[in-house]
Amino acid sequence: MDFSNESRVLHRCSAQIGNLLLRSLWHLIHFIISICNFTLDIANVLESYLISSGLLGRYKSLHIAKLRYLAIVIESEGAYQTSKIIELLQWLDAVGVKHVCLYDIEGRSSGFSLSLGILKKSKDFILENLDGAMLFQVLSYWQPSIYAMQDAHENNVLLDRQHMTLEFVSFSDGKEAVVKAANVLFMKYSKSDVTDKNQKEKIFTESQMSEALKTVGSGGPEPDLLLVYGPARCHSGFPAWRIKYTEIV
Amino acid sequence: MDGNRRYAKRKLLEEGAGHDVGAMALLNMIIYCHELGVKYITAYAFAIDNFRRKPSEVQKIMDLLKECMTVLAKIAKHHPIKVNFAGNLELLNTELRDEARNLMGATAKYSKFVVTICVCYCCTDDIVHSVEESCREKHYYHCYIGDSHDDDKDDERPIIKLVDIEKNMYMAVIPDPDILIRTSDEHRLSNFLQWQTCHSLLASLSTDWPEIGVWHLVKVVLDFQQNYDYFVRKRSLA
Repeated sequence: MDFSNESRVLHRCSAQIGNLLLRSLWHLIHFIISICNFTLDIANVLESYLISSGLLGRYKSLHIAKLRYLAIVIESEGAYQTSKIIELLQWLDAVGVKHVCLYDIEGRSSGFSLSLGILKKSKDFILENLDGAMLFQVLSYWQPSIYAMQDAHENNVLLDRQHMTLEFVSFSDGKEAVVKAANVLFMKYSKSDVTDKNQKEKIFTESQMSEALKTVGSGGPEPDLLLVYGPARCHSGFPAWRIKYTEIV
Repeated sequence: MDGNRRYAKRKLLEEGAGHDVGAMALLNMIIYCHELGVKYITAYAFAIDNFRRKPSEVQKIMDLLKECMTVLAKIAKHHPIKVNFAGNLELLNTELRDEARNLMGATAKYSKFVVTICVCYCCTDDIVHSVEESCREKHYYHCYIGDSHDDDKDDERPIIKLVDIEKNMYMAVIPDPDILIRTSDEHRLSNFLQWQTCHSLLASLSTDWPEIGVWHLVKVVLDFQQNYDYFVRKRSLA
């Protein structure tokens, strides 16, 4: 009996030591990865400096006209630093990017209250401090007086290459907008005569969904490129309907 | 799972052989994930847009899908894995569709390790399908059940909520992923899970899919662990 108790105690101790060693090894591996990431960050900073100073020849001609629409995901902490955002937008303007969408994760509705994204609250300040920038906004069709102007407004703004256009998007323009669009389609469905037909038939198409999203004011264009600022690559809930084929960097 | 055709071209293989190697890579990846303790693995096998490819290539992929189902059915006899097929299965031929449904039915009782294969899937189609189902549900509730419930007073039309959309999606069978891996140096989502990956690490590997190995998976998991606190914070804000 003593022998079996002792062997059990020995087994438990060796298991604990084994776990401790494995944990230490895991921490060591992550420490090495942190060092490597730090070194890579320094290399990236050096490369950025070389690009800005014009020493790297291959970045001199950017063919920026291929980039029709750029979107940027800004973390909550960064969204409060309005001066840095204005500086970023000024750089983009200098490089030749004309249409920019700024997205921050804040801004959602619960019940009857709507909290605007951080960037949406600062949009007037940002637009004032950017020379000649125009606001790009998908106007909701709930305002019938501007219904007829909607498509004309969007086309004119996007074709304008003199001024930079800015769109401000927040979390509420993603999933919540799809919910609102779903309710628009539900109203049409309830009034139509398709309700009693075959349950397996398709009722809506993707273009009808796109129209419904425009109706609720969340039907902006698909960005060609989505820049993510943060420690990891994550689109943070940027409207799913608009990033089907967007390059996310 | 990008890079099957590029791999075949680079290795001078015959047309379609890249997909064979890709299918093996998927089965290997399922084993690696199981060994690492990952509970849910989802693979994007065939997009709705892929029907536009050459008929011979589409047929090749369908044949491979059938073989994978056979292999997974054999594995499921000895190991408790649950297999899901997410997507518009009505676009498949009857034989494949029935086999997929049989496999899902046979493995429905397991939950420790879940393999989801996305077939005839794209995220925008998933959203539209989910909206359709939600509309049908709410209409049925309003027409046939609504009067007997207190919250439907004064003939108020029920409204669709986010929970309705999410529960009717093809991907509602599993939780949102922590990591999304794309191979062949692609940085786009290509209409795959952009709804479900709001708070997921998007990992892009330069290797082609047939060449993916366990160390690529380990590297991505280590990257995720490095940023774990950041993702936990993001999910808690949501």
